Amino acid sequence: MILKIENVTKNFGGVSAIKETSFSVAPKEIFGLIGPNGAGKTTMFNIITGNYEPSSGSVIFRNEVLNGLKPHHIVRKGIARTFQNIRLFSSMSVLDNVLIGFDFQVRYGFLESIIRFPRFLSEEKRIKTRSMEILDYFGMSAFAHEKAVDLSYGQQRKVEIARALATNPELLLLDEPAAGMNPSETEELGELIKKARVDFDLTVLVIEHDMKFVNQLCDKVLVLDYGKTIFEGKPADAIQDPEVIAAYLGDFHND
Amino acid sequence: MFMQQMVNGFSLGSMYALIAIGYTMVYGVLRLINFAHGDIMMVGGFLGFFGMEVLGLPFVAAVLLAIVGAALLGMASDRVAYRPLREAPKISLLITAIGVSFFLENAFNVFFGGVPRAFPVPAYLEVMVEFFGLMMPMSAVIVPIMTAFLLSVILWILFKTKYGMAIRALAFDVGTVNLMGIDANRVITLVFGMGSALAAVGGIFWAVNYPSVEPMMGVLVGLKAFAAAVVGGIGSVGGAVLGGLIIGFTEVVVIAFFPELGGYKDAFAFIFLILILLFKPTGILGIDFEKSRF
Amino acid sequence: MQAMINKHFLIKVGMILGTVWFIWFANGHFDEYTVRILNNIAIFVILAVSYNLINGVTGQFSLEPNGFVAIGAYVTALLLISPDAKSYQYAIADPYPFVMTLQSNFVVALLLSGLLAMLLALVLSFPVFRVRGDYLAIVTLGFGFIIKILAINHPEVTNGSLGLNDIPEFSNLYWTGGLAIVAVVVILNIVNSKFGRAMKAVRDDEDAAIAMGVNTFKAKTLAFCTSAFFEGVGGGLLAALLTSISPDLFDFFFTFQLLIIIVLGGLGSTTGAIIGTVLVMGGSEWMRFLDEPMNLFGYETTAMPGMRMVVFSLVLIFIMLFAREGVMGKRELTDLFKSRKKGGK
Repeated sequence: MILKIENVTKNFGGVSAIKETSFSVAPKEIFGLIGPNGAGKTTMFNIITGNYEPSSGSVIFRNEVLNGLKPHHIVRKGIARTFQNIRLFSSMSVLDNVLIGFDFQVRYGFLESIIRFPRFLSEEKRIKTRSMEILDYFGMSAFAHEKAVDLSYGQQRKVEIARALATNPELLLLDEPAAGMNPSETEELGELIKKARVDFDLTVLVIEHDMKFVNQLCDKVLVLDYGKTIFEGKPADAIQDPEVIAAYLGDFHND
Repeated sequence: MFMQQMVNGFSLGSMYALIAIGYTMVYGVLRLINFAHGDIMMVGGFLGFFGMEVLGLPFVAAVLLAIVGAALLGMASDRVAYRPLREAPKISLLITAIGVSFFLENAFNVFFGGVPRAFPVPAYLEVMVEFFGLMMPMSAVIVPIMTAFLLSVILWILFKTKYGMAIRALAFDVGTVNLMGIDANRVITLVFGMGSALAAVGGIFWAVNYPSVEPMMGVLVGLKAFAAAVVGGIGSVGGAVLGGLIIGFTEVVVIAFFPELGGYKDAFAFIFLILILLFKPTGILGIDFEKSRF
Repeated sequence: MQAMINKHFLIKVGMILGTVWFIWFANGHFDEYTVRILNNIAIFVILAVSYNLINGVTGQFSLEPNGFVAIGAYVTALLLISPDAKSYQYAIADPYPFVMTLQSNFVVALLLSGLLAMLLALVLSFPVFRVRGDYLAIVTLGFGFIIKILAINHPEVTNGSLGLNDIPEFSNLYWTGGLAIVAVVVILNIVNSKFGRAMKAVRDDEDAAIAMGVNTFKAKTLAFCTSAFFEGVGGGLLAALLTSISPDLFDFFFTFQLLIIIVLGGLGSTTGAIIGTVLVMGGSEWMRFLDEPMNLFGYETTAMPGMRMVVFSLVLIFIMLFAREGVMGKRELTDLFKSRKKGGK
């Protein structure tokens, strides 16, 4: 198991956003975290990435307890994320957005950048080449010098995933990657994520509302409702589960 | 002697508290350090001065004029300078606030001169009264009493009225306020009005105490009151009062016991600010706003 | 791609050579008044581009320049004034013996000025950058006051409110202009490195920057300390230009002027900071008439000292409300030479 969530509880001022939740994600798995709004999915992401400290329980990544680590250290351990509402660096080009992902992997110092040592130049060249490769993989290299905010919604999603991959993660957390996309874009994105899993050696944990998308994409799902686990298993079985259906109140077939 | 110092500390702390409440409330709803708040206090002091010297009003009427005038100015500053920037990057708002602050200081400096003007303190505030066996001017007794009264009014508004609840809701989430059917901008206007009114009272107390007004009088007081708000816990009205009292007492007591530190008394609040940021950034009674950002 | 980099490189080298030639020419041909203004502009270019690094590039609102410039000015002054000149100017209190022995050459003095400012910036970084919120602004504002209080209350070192006099006039256009070039090149090199990218990422979205593994504390601290270093150096240059300094010189107006400069030029643009310096320093000279008596529609107004500052603050508010991008936005000069194919967009 690459990621283990053990008895995690998170309280906000007396209200539990997550209650005693446990689950494990196997390497190279695409694992769906689903549930209605307010179920605690994004809270769970924020606990894994270290933005929140769990009230109790632990997060274990590759046999290492992550509790108490700073978010930027957790990224360096190999966990990258995207945001529910795309958060690209608005004043920067697409290429610069991806280059940020290499920030902690670049080996030159402050003075070397001021005096422009050869190592500065070779390192910059290395990460630029690598960034262009990643952008190319997502079919975005033509937009490398555009401002990220000038792109379409679907393109911004891809840049955000490309940026996350630049941190060289083993575990990728996607927070509603298909939100705001039309069905054909959604399907294309699903295929792209599946392909990237193989090509980038990834384990993927994805939050999603769109059950069709989840069905297409995920190997396994965990359904949360008001902070409690109500189902764990195959996505096809989740749709049949009466408790899950009750939680969603028929939300499934809305698209 | 000790009691005397306690009363002085309480009096000074009350003034800081009155101004700190405005900082903390504006920070609560806009996450803005309103640099102009100390200058609103200065304008309050000046309005009191004009009310008595130019219009010949009695003291109480001049105070009311100052309160209303400062509240209007505070609300106008929000309407003109801050509201157009609600969607702008935070730094634009902060820069505008410092611009408003500098404008008020220098406009008053140009039009009314930088020389301190003697504040006409009414005789009944200078009467010496006996209080717990101590002789002290009436003003030193009235300041804390008035502060306590105004504080209870503010708390009543915050916790017992619809708009007060909207203010508290806005401090956490704009969405909730809209759900309550209240326009967030009106709530913010109200916050500026209330904060500025309290600052005006603080300005009058200040003017009575020293007894003078001058265009730069709000600069250091504003800075200290902000430090007080952070020490008490920014976003919390009770915290602002507590922080104000702590800083007021410290200034008075330290100087009473170590007169040689007199030259540094303006630095105490700053040291408090640094220490609280280092060891308890949410302040003594503070709210951790930053947790709700995802 | 390669051709474009070469083109940018040539533009930069051309700009530097052009500036060097201008300094040489101005030094030989311009009158004393013009040279003095150019010296001021060069020092303010140093201050503005470094102030822009923390405010514009990193997006952390800070009001530090007057404090750090004061530190640099006092350090340089104490190191440069001859023991002879020191011996008669301490009128308020006798100087500490170590004050009398402090002595160094100009380069060391400037370097120490920068380093001390940088060290203090590092100390301030811990309380303000470990927490969220805009505490940097208020802490640096307070810091400026503290420096002034210290300068006034320690006449044994600073000669109190009388200030220090007879500082040798080492600053000339070669020093001020040369160091302005150095500051601009260093800061542009930082901006165009992983450090600058991290700073911009912090400005655009701090949470997203953290999610990319950026150590935001480090990014902010680097920006702040670099700004402080050049502000210290700039303060040293200023002291050796003015030949006398006092605490009043470094009040908040000093910082306010720089704020207008970087806002007018375009927050985040180094080119903009340079343009803003020229506009504001020039405009400030021109606006001197505002402080003097005026003839308005036949009425003679009295002199209104401080009117300039009222205008300055209105200009600042106006830019923020109606022209937030300033002259350059976040662009640099080199961006203007970029391929025009996107021009119609």
